[in-house]
Amino acid sequence: MQLLRSFKKHAQITEFFVEQTTAPYLDPPSVGIVTPQVLHFDEPLLLECERTLPSFDLVIETYGTLNADKSNAILICHALSGSHHAAGYHSETDEKAGWWDALIGNGKAIDTSQFFVVCLNNIGSCHGSTGPTTINPETGEMWGADFPLITIKDWVKTQVMLSDRLGIEKWHAIVGGSMGGMQALQWSVDYPDRLARAVIIASTPKLSAQNIAFNEVARQSILSDPDFHGGSYAKHGTYPRRGLILARMVGHITYITEEAMRAKFGRDLKSGKFMYGFDVEFQVESYLRYQGERFSKNFDANTYLLMTKALDYFDPTRDYTPEHLDEKSALKETLSRTSCQFLIVSFTTDWRFSPERSVEIVDALMANGKDVSFVNVDAPHGHDSFLFDIPRYVGAVKGFLSASLPTQTPKNNHISPQEISKLARQ
Amino acid sequence: MTSIDHQLAERWIQPHAKVLDLGCGDGTLLAHLKQHLGVSGYGLEIDPDKINQGIAKGLNIIEQDLNDGLARFADNSFDTVVMARALQAVKNPQDLLNDMLRVAKEGIVTFPNFAYWQNRVYLGIKGIMPMSETLPHQWYDTPNIHLCTFKDFERLCHDNGITILDTVAINDDANLPNKLMSRFVKHAPNLLADVAIYRIAKN
Repeated sequence: MQLLRSFKKHAQITEFFVEQTTAPYLDPPSVGIVTPQVLHFDEPLLLECERTLPSFDLVIETYGTLNADKSNAILICHALSGSHHAAGYHSETDEKAGWWDALIGNGKAIDTSQFFVVCLNNIGSCHGSTGPTTINPETGEMWGADFPLITIKDWVKTQVMLSDRLGIEKWHAIVGGSMGGMQALQWSVDYPDRLARAVIIASTPKLSAQNIAFNEVARQSILSDPDFHGGSYAKHGTYPRRGLILARMVGHITYITEEAMRAKFGRDLKSGKFMYGFDVEFQVESYLRYQGERFSKNFDANTYLLMTKALDYFDPTRDYTPEHLDEKSALKETLSRTSCQFLIVSFTTDWRFSPERSVEIVDALMANGKDVSFVNVDAPHGHDSFLFDIPRYVGAVKGFLSASLPTQTPKNNHISPQEISKLARQ
Repeated sequence: MTSIDHQLAERWIQPHAKVLDLGCGDGTLLAHLKQHLGVSGYGLEIDPDKINQGIAKGLNIIEQDLNDGLARFADNSFDTVVMARALQAVKNPQDLLNDMLRVAKEGIVTFPNFAYWQNRVYLGIKGIMPMSETLPHQWYDTPNIHLCTFKDFERLCHDNGITILDTVAINDDANLPNKLMSRFVKHAPNLLADVAIYRIAKN
């Protein structure tokens, strides 16, 4: 008995010890502790909405080392609620890694021992880059609701300015999931010579009416919150907390699947019985409220409105095709401009941007004879699958980024038809 | 390049051709054709591991079940469509064959010959479904649901207005060990060859 007790004690100590030495930021696959940088751009930026930002800041994080000829750089574009913090930790006590830590790191899909990885926070966001929560230099006040509406194309424009600043003429790859994938797609048509590869994950060539409808519900929940004050909530010393919670709840439901929800919560009750009221009774309600609450504390309402509008506006065919063309032909014609290699990834359970939407991109590229690979990964997590370390998905991305571009060294097919007929029986 | 049917398929493909490889596996053939003939094109595959291997070779690999047909490809969008050892595993070989010659001018098809003498011996003497290197599966657990012979395939082509441009009969097991053997194979392919390679076109 004494022995067992002593063993248990020892085991506990060992466990504690192990935990201490494997602090997540020290774990070899992690990029470790990272520090964001702020890049200031002092030139006016003309936006698609025809307003001009006099100047702007971009917050970026980088992982890995840029090689001498600057040919190993990968740009990561973030999704709706993402930021520049894609991998690693901000401090030793930081409990949560960057949003794409599953994919970015030493030996991971986006291998920082091979590549120099740049992730930025887009303008209009609330994580440090110029946006509704930063100061408008012309008024000295917070932008708030006056911040102009931004499009995916605008973001790509700022990312090109960032590339110039970093001296990166051509990205080895531009990679993004969901809204990030839209940025990668827009890059491929707007600046075809400036990227060698595009990885477009869980994305779409443009939003469907249903997608826009979900965004509208989310927006209305914010706009109709009495604390919204036409977007000037900061001036009123408040913020549309309830609206943001609702918006996130709606969004969250669409990012996961019925099966995932059932597996996680089923119809489990918090207290084990019906309470016949409107407080939280089911576990799934509790979860959604928790997610919404957490989101409302970290995200700005004006940014949410602006980002969902950017999603709705996204249509890379608009600038390159006449209006009378049907959607399929327009996409084909637009993508004829591209010259990079594409990897398109979809997830079987993603119903927000279903595999069929990815296939539209794949087919338009194939119709143009462009270099494209496509994988439809079986995963249970719905749209959010792109954030997970799913072996098939990670393997495809890793292989695609590391493959050397095929060499085109044709030689004459020197085997004569006579030789063939010699082998043939007729 | 390991398999003989791949080597032979290569000889029928023109430099710079646009190729569609159905059931391309890990992309071995496509990689070879790309490197040596500068072909462009796509491989269709359904096995996740093989797809990833093909992608890692820098090839264009599209995840697709051949049973879904080739409707996504426009008429005559390729020079050559290749299907190595997959015909016998699809649900509707006749439709796929016609679809192949809709999307490409020429097709190269290889399949295991069920009339191979060893298979005949198996079935004829042992009375059980044949198994071999070319047909390694148990009858109840095989992807090969539409096995056929040289003669069967030629009849199918005839009935669908498909011209057979070339045929090579090979013995994959023996890897053509000597000239005598290959001569025998040439004279009685339906009996002596275990793999058939056809180059076909629409009439």
